[in-house]
Parts: sequence; C-alpha cells; structure tokens
Amino acid sequence: MNAVSTKIQDVFNEPGCDKNQTKSDKDRKKGCTKQLQPGAAAGGCAFDGAKIALQPITDVAHLVHGPIACEGNSWDNRGSKTSGSSLYRTGFTTDMNEMDVIYGGEKRLYKSIKEIIEKYDPPAVFVYQTCIPAMTGDDIDAVCKAAAAKFGKPVIPVNSPGFVGPKNLGNKLAGEALLDHVIGTMEPDYTTPYDINIIGEYNLAGELWQVKPLLDELGIRILSCISGDAKYKEVAYSHRAKAAMMVCSKAMINVARKMEERYNIPFFEGSFYGIGDTSDSLREIARLLIETGAPAELMDRTEAVIAREEAKAWAGIAPYRERLEGKRVLLITGGVKSWSVVAALQEAGLEIAGTSVKKSTKEDKERIKEIMGEDAHMIDDMTPREMYKMLKEARADIMLSGGRSQFVALKATMPWMDINQERHQAYAGYAGMVTMVHEIDKTLSNPVWEQVRRPAPWDLSDAAQ
Amino acid sequence: MAKVTASAKSCTVNPLKMSQPVGGALAFMGVKGAMPLLHGSQGCTSFGLVLFVRHFREAIPMQTTAMSEVATVLGGYENVEKAIINIVNRTKPELIGICSTGVTEIKGDDVDGYIRQIRKDHPELSGTPLVYVSTPDFKDAFQDGWTKAVTQLVDNLVPQSDESVLRLSNRVTVLPGSHMTPGDIDEMRDILDCFGLDALFLPDISGSLDGHIPKDFTPTTLGGIAVSEIADLGRSIATLAIGEQMRAPAELLEKRTGVPSIVYDRLTGLGASDALITDLARISGRPVPNKLRRQRGQLVDAMLDGHFHFGGKKVAIGLEPDFLYAMAHFFTEMGATVQAAVTTTHSPLLEQVPADEVVIGDLEDLEMRAAGCNLLVTHSHGRQASDRLQIPLHRLGLPLFDRLGAGHKVSIGYRGTRNMIFEIANIFLANIHEPTPESWRVANEGIATGTELACSSETCSC
Repeated sequence: MNAVSTKIQDVFNEPGCDKNQTKSDKDRKKGCTKQLQPGAAAGGCAFDGAKIALQPITDVAHLVHGPIACEGNSWDNRGSKTSGSSLYRTGFTTDMNEMDVIYGGEKRLYKSIKEIIEKYDPPAVFVYQTCIPAMTGDDIDAVCKAAAAKFGKPVIPVNSPGFVGPKNLGNKLAGEALLDHVIGTMEPDYTTPYDINIIGEYNLAGELWQVKPLLDELGIRILSCISGDAKYKEVAYSHRAKAAMMVCSKAMINVARKMEERYNIPFFEGSFYGIGDTSDSLREIARLLIETGAPAELMDRTEAVIAREEAKAWAGIAPYRERLEGKRVLLITGGVKSWSVVAALQEAGLEIAGTSVKKSTKEDKERIKEIMGEDAHMIDDMTPREMYKMLKEARADIMLSGGRSQFVALKATMPWMDINQERHQAYAGYAGMVTMVHEIDKTLSNPVWEQVRRPAPWDLSDAAQ
Repeated sequence: MAKVTASAKSCTVNPLKMSQPVGGALAFMGVKGAMPLLHGSQGCTSFGLVLFVRHFREAIPMQTTAMSEVATVLGGYENVEKAIINIVNRTKPELIGICSTGVTEIKGDDVDGYIRQIRKDHPELSGTPLVYVSTPDFKDAFQDGWTKAVTQLVDNLVPQSDESVLRLSNRVTVLPGSHMTPGDIDEMRDILDCFGLDALFLPDISGSLDGHIPKDFTPTTLGGIAVSEIADLGRSIATLAIGEQMRAPAELLEKRTGVPSIVYDRLTGLGASDALITDLARISGRPVPNKLRRQRGQLVDAMLDGHFHFGGKKVAIGLEPDFLYAMAHFFTEMGATVQAAVTTTHSPLLEQVPADEVVIGDLEDLEMRAAGCNLLVTHSHGRQASDRLQIPLHRLGLPLFDRLGAGHKVSIGYRGTRNMIFEIANIFLANIHEPTPESWRVANEGIATGTELACSSETCSC
C-alpha cells in the first residue's frame, strides 16, 4: 500500500467520530461517503477539498502540481478574507504538459518552487498533488524535501489527488499534511491561559471577524485559526493553545483529535451559526479554558457578554416578525446548518417547509427533531426537479441553499438566498443572524417577484380566447 | 509581424488559460437537450460547472463518469457505460457529448471502442447520439477543446451529401468561435435576418445560455441547435465560420456536404464588418438594407468621437488567440497601441497580431509587461493585476464572474463595435487625471518630454 492509501485508511478510522466507530471494519474501509454514481454525481474531488481547507492560509504560496484544469479552471474563486497578505489569492500551477507526462514532472515542480521562492519569498510553499502526477508517479514528498533543504524554507506536500475521493476526504488529508509537516514546528513569542485554536473555520465573507470582537472583549486570544485568515507561523505554533473549538462540521476532526492526543489540547465541536449555538460555543470555550487553568471569573464575564448579545440579537430580529410571519423556508444545506439557523428563522416568524439532511449526521437529525418537532420535514436527497416543483407549486416562499441550486429557484421565479460557502454576506455570530433575517426580508419583499411572475400581455389574451 | 514566444517559466502564475475539456463541454452546451459528460474524476466536472455557473449565471448541465483511482487504473469502460445509462434514464437527453480528461487519456481509455461496445450491448440507447472528443488537459487550451468538439459534432452527425441535395436559398450555417457570446450570436442572427437569411448556428449557446426562463424544469440544455438540424446543415447555401479556430470544422463540413464556406478571422471593426456585409449581400442577392447602412454610419461617427480617447493609448490584452487577434486589431484601428499581448495556445493568426510580441503565457506575464499601460483587457482574473498596477480593467472573455451580463456582451458587427467603442472610451474618460499646479513642473532629475511629464506621479496610470 502506498503512502496516500495508508493515510486514507488512517483518516477513515476516526475514533473522534461516533458514526465511524459504530461501523464494521469492512464498512469503515469504504470511507464516509456513498460510492459515487457515474452520470449522477455532483461535488468536488479530494484535491478541491484539500485546497478549500488550506487556501485560507494567507501568506503562503499554494502551488498546484498538475495540468491546467486543476488550478486554471478554479483559481481565486473562494470568499475567504484576509487581514494581511493576499498571496493566497495568486494562482500557482506547474501547468503540466505532454512532455512532463512522458518524462515526469518532478523537475518542473522543483524549478517552480525555486521560481516562487525567488519571486515571492513566502514563509512556506504548499504543494498540492493531483491525479496526473499521482498516476505517472511524481514523488512530490521527495521534491518538497529536497527543495526545503536547498532553499531553507518549509515546502509542504499535500497528498490529496482528486480521484482518491470526495471533497470531505480532501479536507481531512489536508489536515494530515498540517499535522505531519506544520503544526508544532514553531514556537509563539508568548502564551497566555486564554489561547485557543479554532479549527475548520475558513473566514468566508469575513465571518471570523463577526465573532472575534467578542473573544477580544473577553480577553480570549485566537492563537491560531485553521485556516481562516491564518498566517503560516500561527498554524506552526498552534500546538501551544490551551483549548480548541472545532467548527461546524467533521471536516477537520482528525486535526482536533490528534492535537488533543499529541499536545493535550481539549476540544469541543461547536458552531457560530445561530444565536443559541454561538452562546453555547462561547460557554464551552470559557469552560475548557478554565479547566486548563484560566481563572473561573472568565465564565461570569462570558455569561454577561452572552446575555447582552443575545438580547441585542433577539431585539434586532423582532421587528421582522410581523413581515415574515408564516412565510415558508426551504432549507437546502448540510450538517450543522440544517438545524443551527432554524431557531433564528423561527424566531423571525418563518416556518420551515423542509430541511435537507443529506450531509447531516444522526445527531444533527436528532437536533432537528428537538427544534422542529417529530413531524419535521427532513429531505434526504432532493433532485433539482423536485426542488423546482416544490417552489413552482409555492409550497415554499423562499429557498436558502448553495450557489449551485440558485437557478433552480430563480427559474421558478421564486426568491432564493445563498447560505453556503460562495456567499458574500457574513452570517456568523449574533450579528450574522440578524443580518440573515434582514437579508431574507429584503429578498422576500423585493418588488421584482410580482413583476416577473406576471405573464406577457399576449399570453394573457391568448388564455382568454 | 509579431514575434511569438512561449513563456520560459516553469511555474505558471495566475493562469489565463483554461483546460480543453471544459471548452469542449461548452460547445456541447450549444446543442438542444444535450448533456456534456467529462470522462474523468468528479472534480474535473465540478470545477468546470462552477466556472460556467459563475460566468453565465445559469444552471449548467454537466456530468461526470466519476473515475476513482482504482477505476482509472483498471480502465473506465464500466464508468462510461454506467454514466450514459444513468444520464439517459434520469434526463432523457437528445445528445450526450463526452470529453476525455488528462487521467483517462494517460490510462489510454479507448472511448471510441467503449461506445461501439455500449452500442452493441444496449440497443435501447440507439436513439441517443453519443459524440466523443479527445481533450487531454495537459495539451492545448479551452479554444482548442471547443474546436475539436464542433468538429466531432460535424463528423458524427452530418451525413455525406452531394450536389443533388436541394439547398435552401435563404439558409446559411454559422460556426461561431468559442469567443462569441450568446449576445454575439443574437447580433449575427439579426444581421443575417436583415438579408432575409435564416441561420443555423453550430453550436448555438444563444438558445441555451442566454438567460431565458423556460416553461418547465429541464435537466439538460434549455435550447440550442437540434440534432436533426445539425444533420440538415448540408442544405444551407453557405457556411460562415467565425474565427480561425473554426477553420477545421468548416473544412470538414464543406468536404462532407459541398456547401462553400468562408472563414472570417474577425467580425469586429469597420473593415471586418464591411467584408461580412458585402458577402451577405452577394449570398442573399439582396442590396444592403437601410438598417445596416444606418448602423455603419453610426459606427463611423462613433469612431470619429472615440478616436480622441483611443489615440496614443497603450493597452495590454490577455485573451485566447482569436479574440486577442480581433481586439488587438480593434485597438490599433482606433489609434491605440498594443503594448502587451498574452494568449493561451498556438494559432496561425498570432504572428499577424498587431503587436511587437505575442506571449503564450499567463497573467503574470501580462502584468509584467503592462506597466505604464492605460488599460488592461482580459477576463475577471485580471482584477488583481488591475488593483496592483492601478490600471483600469475592461473585462472580456471567460470567466467574467464579478460583473453581470457576461452572456450579452457584444463585440461583432457595426453595432457591437460601436457600443464597444463607447464602453471603452468611457473607461478612458473616467480615468482622466486632473491637472495640478505640479503636473508640468520639471522634476529635478532629468528632463522629460511632455506626455511623460503629466504622468510623473507614482500612482498615475496614464
């Protein structure tokens, strides 16, 4: 078995994941997602997943070793924001040609690393393996090692070629690259009892910054965010944090768990989507920090901030209640978001016409029942045609989903709003929930809907005849 | 004569180029009821899908054979077979257009052979045309994928015909290049209509990606040229190919049907439009209608109004070969100079681009050569260079993901050229630098000439 498949079997066996642990050995080897159906699949590959997970590290060069498709068709298209360097938005690729396929691409890769270091002088270079050099046998680990020795800079191999699996697996393999080569390689200037890591937060639309002011106010320092708005050194010294929060999904659970194993950093799984969840997460952060040595008064201050912010958020949502009362929302998203935003939507008077549970775990489903009752309309796998029908027949007034399905709603001339990764609005924390309700109201009350549904005058007179 | 050079770098920085299979897939999207299928890992399709969704702001039909590592090593016959069966069962397409990718080409999957086997084993699929095109990612570029897919559509779907076929005296075939938008195709259709000519476009993305609201949900393309119409191209009286890239399919179509073809290297600008209109008057046997005479007059007037603002300006252009050729001529015909020209792939036209040098390279090459220019012209990925250089960006090509209306940008004909003059002149007008008392003060170090004097400030981009 080669190194990549060993790694994959390693991440498929995840003691931190309850679902994984209930599987038989045989099922576990198959991994977390259903076998892909040729001709009926949608979604990114493992390389895409690795890039999503690591690209938010802002000051390093992300070099894609492959043909033009892997970087050329997709670069600079993600919404994670930076407070410093914007080198992460520069697209670097070896753009392998036929000769590289025949004679091997290692030389071109090595020279590419050299050119990047000479021209851009980043603190590190991340090298992403893709399908073609994986097939032809380019040994990127060896090239990275040689380049690192020669240029005196970390050159990190990320072994996650597209065809080994879906996006989710790529997230985990990216985490493994950090664990193997980055985390624990540097030391912070100083530490405090209030240092935390946030793992699996990508600072999309600047969402990290919706929560950071509250942490700042409490004196809690984000030692490292993996990987939103991160600098290389912050990830490299993240092993000195006192506690960690794993955000949102199980995408990087391997990082959180292995850091607990190796460095005794306790973690919890939390979310900054939804008012109640944000409060729970703040409490958990405070609790873990106190357990690891911070003064107990931190909890009192945290509770005070929570009380103040919750009151402010609910007061911010209240005015929308009258306008949104009884409007039905179709929620097509995954995991935590299938329930975490529901409370805020309900508070604003909205009804949930359905929520998708395709990517949700058993616990997610339990939470949905808790919040929405036993008769909650859970949708396992909705085809675009069914979504279209549901909207066209007005069984929902608005769809909240990711960008891919937006045109299903718009072509049915029904309101739609983006709640997934490509969106431009930030919906995290307390402020984010108020923004989200405001955005829903803005979308629903737009006068275009009435106009675009009006038939053309000649169609009307045809119908009359 | 431009000197054509290839970038000597090992590392491509800020790619201008996109891959062949997605170019091929876009061509298949111009066929009615089609489903493009990339034979590769699911990421190959997913990246292409997101690219087109963001550009056209439309639902994009595109599927994948979802090759895993093991399937790639063992060969993809089963995946291709399963994908085709699944697509037919789920979406009932009128055509499946299959593009290979890098992984399946390296393995050496014989997709033509697969299709023959599938035809043998699955007679129930006989009603669904399967068109395959070989488009490895590690060779050529987007434009080449488009060309190859159109050539394969002709090869697979247009029957051999001879002189005895009854031609339709008012019907022409148009083979638009990949740089033509749905808006360009509509403009061309409108021009042909002025001469009483009906046109069949192969491919016709104006029917599928023009942003109309269909009556019902369609999982395949919403419109485009029908398979039966492709089979009927032998009954046109002429084939008009737009862009050097369309020469290969035009020649094949002529060989197959005997219909005479004309290849236009470009349709942007006064002279280029005149050539087209002259040909159309001849083909249709009609005089040039008033509507077009008026449009020509308006273009001439726009050129007069615009030349003040284009004259002496320096531009840096990064586009695929045919579009680069058309735009470089447009700018030089208006009095501007093409200071930097970067493109994605080889083309016989590159030497005739009116610039000193044409680089087959990336946006870093363009950025390095663009210092001191008044305008950048490339796709949306030029936005970072535009910010860094403080030079305005005129977005053209694909992808345009940070502006609306990508599908309706028009750059051909009298009217399209006229509007483009206005649009670009307005960018120049919006970026005029107001003079200050310091503008003409001679700097201590050295004497500069008049034009440079006004531009001595660091942030100035004139």
